[in-house]
Amino acid sequence: MSPLLEVRDLRVSFSTDDGIVHAVDGISYTVDSGKVLGIVGESGSGKSVSALTVMGLTRFQNAEVSGEVMFDGQDILLASDQEMRRIRGNEIAMIFQDPLSSLHPFYKVGRQLVEAVQSHQGLSNKQARDRAVEYLAMVGIPEPKRRFEAYPHEFSGGMRQRAMIAMALINEPRLLIADEPTTALDVTVQAQILDLIARLQRELDTAVIMITHDLGVVAEVTDSIAVMYAGRVVEMADKREIFRNPEHPYTWGLLQSIPRLDRPRDEPLVPIPGRPPSLINLPSGCSFHPRCPYVRQRHREVDPMLEPLPDDPGHTAACLLPSETRKRIWQELAAGKQPEDVRAEVVEGGLA
Amino acid sequence: MGRYIIRRILWVILLLFVVSAVTFLIFYTLPSADPAVLRAGKSPDPTLIAQIRHTLGLDKPVYVQYYRYMKGIILHFDFGFSFQDSQPVRHEIFSRLPATISLTFGAVVVWLLIGLPVGIVSAIRRRSLADRVSMGGALLAISAPVYWLGLVALYLFAKDIGLIHIFDGAGTYTGLTANPGRWFGSLILPWLVLAASFAAFYARLLRANLIDVMGEDYIRTARAKGLPERRVIGRHAMRSAITPIVTVLGLDIGILLGGAILTETVFNIPGIGRLAYEGIVNADLPVIQGTVLFGALFIVVANFIVDIAYAFLDPRVRYS
Repeated sequence: MSPLLEVRDLRVSFSTDDGIVHAVDGISYTVDSGKVLGIVGESGSGKSVSALTVMGLTRFQNAEVSGEVMFDGQDILLASDQEMRRIRGNEIAMIFQDPLSSLHPFYKVGRQLVEAVQSHQGLSNKQARDRAVEYLAMVGIPEPKRRFEAYPHEFSGGMRQRAMIAMALINEPRLLIADEPTTALDVTVQAQILDLIARLQRELDTAVIMITHDLGVVAEVTDSIAVMYAGRVVEMADKREIFRNPEHPYTWGLLQSIPRLDRPRDEPLVPIPGRPPSLINLPSGCSFHPRCPYVRQRHREVDPMLEPLPDDPGHTAACLLPSETRKRIWQELAAGKQPEDVRAEVVEGGLA
Repeated sequence: MGRYIIRRILWVILLLFVVSAVTFLIFYTLPSADPAVLRAGKSPDPTLIAQIRHTLGLDKPVYVQYYRYMKGIILHFDFGFSFQDSQPVRHEIFSRLPATISLTFGAVVVWLLIGLPVGIVSAIRRRSLADRVSMGGALLAISAPVYWLGLVALYLFAKDIGLIHIFDGAGTYTGLTANPGRWFGSLILPWLVLAASFAAFYARLLRANLIDVMGEDYIRTARAKGLPERRVIGRHAMRSAITPIVTVLGLDIGILLGGAILTETVFNIPGIGRLAYEGIVNADLPVIQGTVLFGALFIVVANFIVDIAYAFLDPRVRYS
């Protein structure tokens, strides 16, 4: 069976006054029906732009797009604006980071839901209204009939995101893209929203792309994970593999910079040094090399490919270190050693 | 809301008091022709001047004059009599109001019909030829003084003095009830001239608002829902972009109802603006005072209506 969504060598760039921004630089991934893919990365890694491109929303921004986005067997990059409009919100829906700014401040919440239904289905006002109330109830909004008449500013942050989710799911899309859905919310509300998305995903058997910079979020709800850096996927595998046997130095950095319950409380977190690179002038060779503790001269010249691991074809990584070396480094890091000590021991010890 | 409205009305009354007092002060402080001398004819003799001065009440101290004037307004809604033709000022203003209202609302229709579509097209087709041409034209229209534009329009298009005889010229204004056709014909040029700078300003304002709004997250949401672009712009973006324009429109109408002095003078339309102009030329204090007060009243009332309207336009705004 072919996957529901297959992205092949997607590239998205924008012309700006400062030069061409290569926001997405050749990424490929697949999402199967009923599965959840997590896309993880820092801001500016291209995760949102790639999702907006799947939705056809970068069409409004003079983006230069190439590659293929096969949705249900059809390359929707080639779809006409009219066809894309029918897919958007109907087959593929999206929720965004900030639910307050994502809802129209002047229209009642219920009316915004009704509009979403009626733009795709020929329902009467009454039917559309009933359906909106039903979905508001389904996402856990109390007194949905009364809340239908409320304006977004009368909702709390969590409630607004629930309303956004209801609006996204109201046409029962086959793919839901959630772009940092919990980032703007309180920590306690974050967990509720994630649970809600996970529950509805199971109930409606929707495929989900969960975009986040927070590994804690993907740990909870995803099946597989793609780690993005500077417009590319640098590592992709099942969730368990990413957390247990990560093979890319950037993934190690991400994992080491989150607090863990199974570690001593006074153990310092290890931040990733440096800043994300400029997408206008990408570093030569491996674009992570300026921030990588294990960099060698060759890595500054050769561009790594995303390749399957020798011992696990379902796990891919784009790193020029040999896989055995990476495994040893991760063992040492997981044992609590600092990156500079590991580097001295493993990398400069001649193994690489 | 009730308390808010009462508080605002008290402010309006206070403001009108201040405006009237300032007008009085300006009239007596700044050099102007002596109204009595002006009316005493050639080679006047001092007794006549004194007599006129007494008749007009100008021999009393300023504060007594002000007190009498305000008493008349508050007790009898009486704005005094014109020095010039002894007509009650209230009657003069009311008889001139229809012309000013005609000029104002006709111009409003013209500038909205031109300004809004131009603003929308410019915002959507940003940096296109249409955008550049209309924004360039808008800059010209905003920069051109209305009296100059009025005179040019008359020299080009007026039936009497124009190069091409198309539209009725200056001084042809006829009341709407007297002859609707001539009313309309006589106002075409004034409407266009008065509306020009407003249309340009509104086009630029709407363009800027719309470009701002199109970058909002909720526009992305509207598109993500799969709404047709026509609806994304027409409903979602316009709803937000038009709100500030409604408030500006309210104020502009208020200001113009107080009299479009330059346009009315150039086209010789017997409105409140020309009444004010005549009052100034003739040092006719009651007329000046009356037109200034009316103008101020229109502006504060318009301001008030705009603030109330805002609460209905933007559900986030609540007054207390």
